[in-house]
Amino acid sequence: MALLQISEPGQSTNPHEHRLAAGIDLGTTNSLIASVKSGKAEILNDEQGSDTLPSVVRYTANKIIVGTDAKSAAAKDPLNTISSVKRYMGRGLTDIKELGGRRPYEFAEGDSAVPRIRTVAGDVSPIEVSAEILKSLKSRAEAALGDSLTGVVITVPAYFDDAQRQATKDAGKLAGLNVLRLLNEPTAAAVAYGLDKKAEGVIAVYDLGGGTFDISILRLHKGVFEVMATAGDTTLGGDDFDYVIAKWIMQQAGINETEKDISHHQMRRLMRDACAAKETLSNMDSAELNIELDDGSNWSGHLTLDVFNELITLLVQKTLLPCRRALRDAGIDASEIKSVVMVGGSTRVPQVRDKVADFFQQQPLTDINPDTVVSMCAAIQADVLVGNKSGDDLLLLDVIPLSLGLETMGGLVEKVISRNTTIPVARAQDFTTFKDGQTAMSIHALQGERELVSDCRSLGRFTLHDIPSMVAGAARIRITFQVDADGLLSVTAREETTGVESGIEVKPSYGLTDTEIETMLRDSIEHAEDDVTARMLREQQVEAERVLEALQAALADDGGLLNAAERKQIDVAANKLSELSNGNELRAIKDAITELDKAATEFVARRMDGSIKKALAGHNVNEF
Amino acid sequence: MAITLTETAAERVKAFLDNRGKGIGLRLGIKTSGCSGMAYVLEFIDEVAEDDKVFESNGVKIIVDAKSLLYIDGTELDYGKEGLNEGFQFNNPNVKGECGCGESFTV
Repeated sequence: MALLQISEPGQSTNPHEHRLAAGIDLGTTNSLIASVKSGKAEILNDEQGSDTLPSVVRYTANKIIVGTDAKSAAAKDPLNTISSVKRYMGRGLTDIKELGGRRPYEFAEGDSAVPRIRTVAGDVSPIEVSAEILKSLKSRAEAALGDSLTGVVITVPAYFDDAQRQATKDAGKLAGLNVLRLLNEPTAAAVAYGLDKKAEGVIAVYDLGGGTFDISILRLHKGVFEVMATAGDTTLGGDDFDYVIAKWIMQQAGINETEKDISHHQMRRLMRDACAAKETLSNMDSAELNIELDDGSNWSGHLTLDVFNELITLLVQKTLLPCRRALRDAGIDASEIKSVVMVGGSTRVPQVRDKVADFFQQQPLTDINPDTVVSMCAAIQADVLVGNKSGDDLLLLDVIPLSLGLETMGGLVEKVISRNTTIPVARAQDFTTFKDGQTAMSIHALQGERELVSDCRSLGRFTLHDIPSMVAGAARIRITFQVDADGLLSVTAREETTGVESGIEVKPSYGLTDTEIETMLRDSIEHAEDDVTARMLREQQVEAERVLEALQAALADDGGLLNAAERKQIDVAANKLSELSNGNELRAIKDAITELDKAATEFVARRMDGSIKKALAGHNVNEF
Repeated sequence: MAITLTETAAERVKAFLDNRGKGIGLRLGIKTSGCSGMAYVLEFIDEVAEDDKVFESNGVKIIVDAKSLLYIDGTELDYGKEGLNEGFQFNNPNVKGECGCGESFTV
């Protein structure tokens, strides 16, 4: 006998055509999957009744283990047990090396931009590891829902760039999931609290998970969440709280603190007990401890809330630094924040709540289970997207975190889609050729706020061939930037007269570290003035180059119109310009262009008189 | 005859209705589709139509349209679990045959 769920009026599906959807919180430390059943979002548990799946994958010679079993094997098989793989998503090997700290795994040296981790089961990419976690969640969901999933929504941190988002989508595809869209984690949390329905304003999302901390400052504007700033600490979370408690227990129980003397087994037991004590202290003043020691004896005692608070003060303090940084980056004061949303299990700790309340001068929102809030909202979103519910009451839009643009002559960036534009979006801009007879154009897509290519991040490049041979400036090339609902970019170029086309989709190559995005944003503000000057200089340099180029072409065609003295005058001015154009003197280059202009006036006039207008087609007198 | 809910099912329905925040009850019905001819309809209901018949069982309003009632009169709606999956079950005395999965049936 089949088990049925209640549908919305008129939305009953036919047998075997259920549109099952799920939301996935693919976390650094733990992952969750949720689904809407009979109109209610709920977390799907595994057979043991546990809701979270540790984001750990262990490779053995003949099978792949995911979750709790993999996590407990981490100590004895560290090289083949991969945890926190989210940190490597969409990153190149060089980026991972720069992530610093210890890299517990062996990375295979390869020429591919996607790093591969060496395991006994062969080399695996971070995407494949993530796909294993997703597969495990998928089979859990299909067991709990009794049918296969039509589509899923996966959440990602707000600071994820295109490459990291694409990698997450690829992992979903590899796991056999239809990824309907990606959703920003802080946005999901804010929506779960219904903040998207409230008045416009600035919201802070404080997300302290098992192993990572993120703070996001969002601005709700016309029903859309814009990410104003993000900051965080990728090595700070609830596990660190457990660790300080475990250390305290060791001290109290007289266990030698050097970790060599303590077995992995003992340490794991300690961490488990420490975690249990921490959870008790979320609503009690004291937690009983009864520790089984390696030598078979028992140690018992109790941990009071006061002692616990003392132990974690420094850790909690550490989360406020990124908060301060995020506020500074967003250019706002703590008092301007309208609501603070708490996400992540560690925000249950009373001291965390108090400190956050102090910092933001208001009580943070904590009513919804902080472990599951993100995945539940993703589930509701997925339910709407597969068509089980009309989308009227939920319209979620995200914005582009960094501007997208392309390289123009002289290493300048022309922004096509500016930062904080809502997605999906498509923008087109027309460009033209720089040289006579140019038949190809190299298109270089970039991400960032700065004016110079060297200060922005390269997303990809391609070449448009078969442009018909024309004088410079005559070709019309339309370049379209399209960003889909997941924030993934595709760029196409089309020559309008012939219709030749070429394009790329941005694929994972090299990523940015999470602080790099912040840095890029901050730099763009700090260096705004330098950038404008640099841009003006580069523009003049390009202009000089173009003038000289055009002059050479004109001289080659009609040099005969000039006598030796006149020719010399032009040459002197041209040489001076060509010399100066490599320097940094904006003013001097400008003057040299004007001078050359003057020197060539007569020449230009003669060319015109000589009815050689053809060669001048598309040019302006001022150009010579 | 009538349509009834078991206590467990009624509690579930109440919880789901509460969560949804609107709706007067539960619509039970059939539609002609599926591998064995007919399939059940189980929906929240916001408006009662003219030819609807309203039952009440364990504090929950059940609404059935006149045509469907012919096929499901006497049905008891239960809530059950199968492994990790849980959901509503129709115990329909009119059923003569079911397809393997039980999602569609003949009378």
